[in-house]
Amino acid sequence: MVFQPVIGLEVHAELKTKSKVFCPCPVVWKAPPNTVTCPICMGFPGVLPVLNRKALELTLRTAIALNCHIHHQTIFERKNYYYPDLPKGYQISQKRIPIGFQGWLEIATASGRKKIRIHDVHLEEDTGKSVHGEEAGDPSASFIDYNRSGVPLCEIISEPDIHSVEELEQFMIKLRQLLLFLDVSECRMERGHLRFEASVSVRPQGTNTLGTRVEIKNLNSFRAVSGAVQAEIERQIALLKEGRSVQQQTMLWNEASKRTEPMRTKETAHDYRYFPEPDLVPVLISDEWLAQIRQTLPETADEKTLRFVRVYGLSEKEAELLTATPAVAHFFESAVRHFHDPKGIGNWMLGDLQGLLNESQKDWETCPVSPESLAQLVQLIDDQTISVRMAKEVLREMFATGRAPKTIVSEKGLVQIADQDYVRKVVIQVINNHPHAVADYLSGKDKLIGFFVGQVMKATGGKANPQLANRLVREALESRRTSS
Amino acid sequence: MKLWQLTVQEAHRLLLKRDISSRELTESVLDRIAQVEDRVKAFITVTESVARQMAEEADRRLRQGEHVTPLTGIPIAIKDVLCTKGIRTTCGSRILENFVPPYDATCVKRLKEWGAVFVGKTNMDEFAMGSSTEFSAFFPTANPWDLKRVPGGSSGGSAAAVAAGECCAALGTDTGGSVRQPASFCGIVGLKPTYGRVSRFGLIAFASSLDQVGPMTRTVADCAVLLQAIAGHDPWDSTSIPEPVPDYLQELNKEVNGLTIGLPKEYFGEGVDQRIAQMIYGVAKKLETLGVRIEEVSLPTTEYALSAYYIIAPAEASSNLARYDGVQYGYRVPADDIVEMYCKTRKEGFGREVKHRIMLGTYTLSSGYYEAYYLRAAKVRSLIRRDFEKAFQTCQLLMSPTSPILPFPMGERTTDPLLMKMCDICTIPANMAGLPAISLPCGFIDGLPVGLQLTGPPLSEPLLLRGANWIEKQVGLFNCLAPLSVP
Ligand SMILES: [Zn+2]
Repeated sequence: MVFQPVIGLEVHAELKTKSKVFCPCPVVWKAPPNTVTCPICMGFPGVLPVLNRKALELTLRTAIALNCHIHHQTIFERKNYYYPDLPKGYQISQKRIPIGFQGWLEIATASGRKKIRIHDVHLEEDTGKSVHGEEAGDPSASFIDYNRSGVPLCEIISEPDIHSVEELEQFMIKLRQLLLFLDVSECRMERGHLRFEASVSVRPQGTNTLGTRVEIKNLNSFRAVSGAVQAEIERQIALLKEGRSVQQQTMLWNEASKRTEPMRTKETAHDYRYFPEPDLVPVLISDEWLAQIRQTLPETADEKTLRFVRVYGLSEKEAELLTATPAVAHFFESAVRHFHDPKGIGNWMLGDLQGLLNESQKDWETCPVSPESLAQLVQLIDDQTISVRMAKEVLREMFATGRAPKTIVSEKGLVQIADQDYVRKVVIQVINNHPHAVADYLSGKDKLIGFFVGQVMKATGGKANPQLANRLVREALESRRTSS
Repeated sequence: MKLWQLTVQEAHRLLLKRDISSRELTESVLDRIAQVEDRVKAFITVTESVARQMAEEADRRLRQGEHVTPLTGIPIAIKDVLCTKGIRTTCGSRILENFVPPYDATCVKRLKEWGAVFVGKTNMDEFAMGSSTEFSAFFPTANPWDLKRVPGGSSGGSAAAVAAGECCAALGTDTGGSVRQPASFCGIVGLKPTYGRVSRFGLIAFASSLDQVGPMTRTVADCAVLLQAIAGHDPWDSTSIPEPVPDYLQELNKEVNGLTIGLPKEYFGEGVDQRIAQMIYGVAKKLETLGVRIEEVSLPTTEYALSAYYIIAPAEASSNLARYDGVQYGYRVPADDIVEMYCKTRKEGFGREVKHRIMLGTYTLSSGYYEAYYLRAAKVRSLIRRDFEKAFQTCQLLMSPTSPILPFPMGERTTDPLLMKMCDICTIPANMAGLPAISLPCGFIDGLPVGLQLTGPPLSEPLLLRGANWIEKQVGLFNCLAPLSVP
């Protein structure tokens, strides 16, 4: 029997706001423990939350971009449970009336494009972080860092429309790209900006029933999600093939053993006792506000790709690569603004510059070469000031020092010689110095042209324009043929 | 006359004229506390040194004429449910016995800005859950009019302190009558403002959608002064109302013309001590002779208010009190694992009544019960609101007893939860509808004070205070101090 996996994904994306969602504490990466906290995010007696409008707006932007319906009056609710890193004993979240609901995200699959339905998009606060004693130097105790407590999270819940690990990966890539282009989250995986929970079941191919669902929690990378889901699918299929049944449970992914393992705590059958948060008033989302957000919604990656093909005459592949992230697209467009040779700039970006970035483990945001410098370099090639070979050398230097190409070119005396009269003189000299080679050439050894050009380059210290040298050598040699 | 006997306004006039200093006034109040506190037991914490410092600062302000307000230099007591920076705030609970807040509640901050002098933090039923102050984790407070009886609750400490002259005024909080009922029991004035009129920031939550901070004073005018200080929008409380605050004192002395007062018949019927009902009717008759139109009205959902309240308040409380888990602050019983620590901490840290309500609230919010209980209670709540709206179409204010019963002997109702909860049948509807209501003394039965309650539409505090002020004049009970004999 062939089994079909049924996969749903819950994604927590940390929103890009200056301050936390219900208090004025700044959102800071890697501050010393408990230094970005206040009585509000620590859940002290008597404190009250006040909603950060920016967090609301970013969630709204996400919901709109995911084609969701919007609740014009949305409410917050309390999700009640006990956990040491949850200072109030409840998390302010949304359940019954989320900001966005019933949306979709389109992904590309081997068998064409496919819409994955989105159940809902809502806003909630992050919890603190438990630090185990060993990490803090006292194995006998546990510690809690509340810096994360109250950081705004946008939770995106898909319907179980994903039927393979490949689709799952496409979904994650596409979603991350969307969040990046919307400028709602930095999506830095290593900082836990994106966290996942997957629900997995399998069923006989061709049936519509749903198998018993297993949830896998605490997945913090694409690799972990793919690995865990793959392993879980295999585990479930193996169970069913043995005639055993799948238990409904919550699992964790063990990266080392490459297996999913049941969670040990009793956290699996929770009753969160959701009820409307009485400390916050319902949020009204007006048509005007929605319209304004729709109008100012940044271009999506797909829209950008199409535009790059249309406006810059790039191939679809090039355009796709140059719109993979907002950073690369922004780099490209800034460079083109400085010198309009989209094809040339695109080639240099996807070729040598991408190579240098990979070598040094940098990305387009931290690229030492500015778009303006790259544009200048391409311009120097276009106006034949330097050769492509020289340019490669100059780019390497630019990347290492961050200096402008013109400075490097003039300092190293790299300017290529494009003076016809001068180069012709050198050509005549070279020909006169090699009568045997000239004779050989005239007798049919056409390939000797390379030898002559090489001699010209050598005589000019590599600075002669190679195309020019080539043309003049050929002219000079051919004139010998007709005159002889 | 002793200085501690002065009303807020009288003291203010003398302070302004420099006939007395805040230091003298404060010392007089502290002396009074020293004389009667072992019998009244109104305070969990008396803050003598803080009070002396604040009095000194107030005197400096008065001397230099710098930012002098009607509360500058006036000794005030604060219910121990309101956070006071650097001053222990227990909420009447073992679990917060040693909790010192790192911040001031907004209303406390405003009193500080106005130059008030804090004499102490008053006793209360644990987490404001109770109607007699007997559920304080520390000790019960006595009613200054009869030390064997309860002062009401949960703001019983504040009410007793005001009635005993242990402060000129106090702040209480009112979730189901916790300002008005003890005000009634102790013969003072107590106001629950419109929900959202006073910031709840720093008020340790019992039931967030019902809690309000309110003034407790010996005159209606003093009540207006205190409300003036604490009312107003607070950006730190999303439920606070962004409406400008009227000048309550100025509103107080406007003419009362063509007033129609409704008597909701449900507040005079079964379960109400008929001697109290007759007393309120008596006041109504007197007002009628003075030109007030008196009308009987009906609030048919009153009978469901108590039940709905006992769904909503415990539900919110069960969640609000979840933070007391021994992890960050407050009482902690060390244990081998976290769950055991939670259980032991909460078992020992909370009193019986609090645990009772947490269990009730947890149950009604549980999956499968939420719709049947919480959601239905929320619907009842909107029906109650509608009842009031309808009543206010024909009359401006509603008049009723504040409490259906007289102050009862200590211990009488502690073992019968239902009997205890019946104390609040006249006060709970105003909380459920978010309306302002005031209690003021209107007479005595068997030597015990009787409170009269006026309820108005949302944000009608100016009218409410004006009406109360006028009734106060007609009744002739002003600045009632309990006759505690001084040995
Ligand atoms: Zn904070």
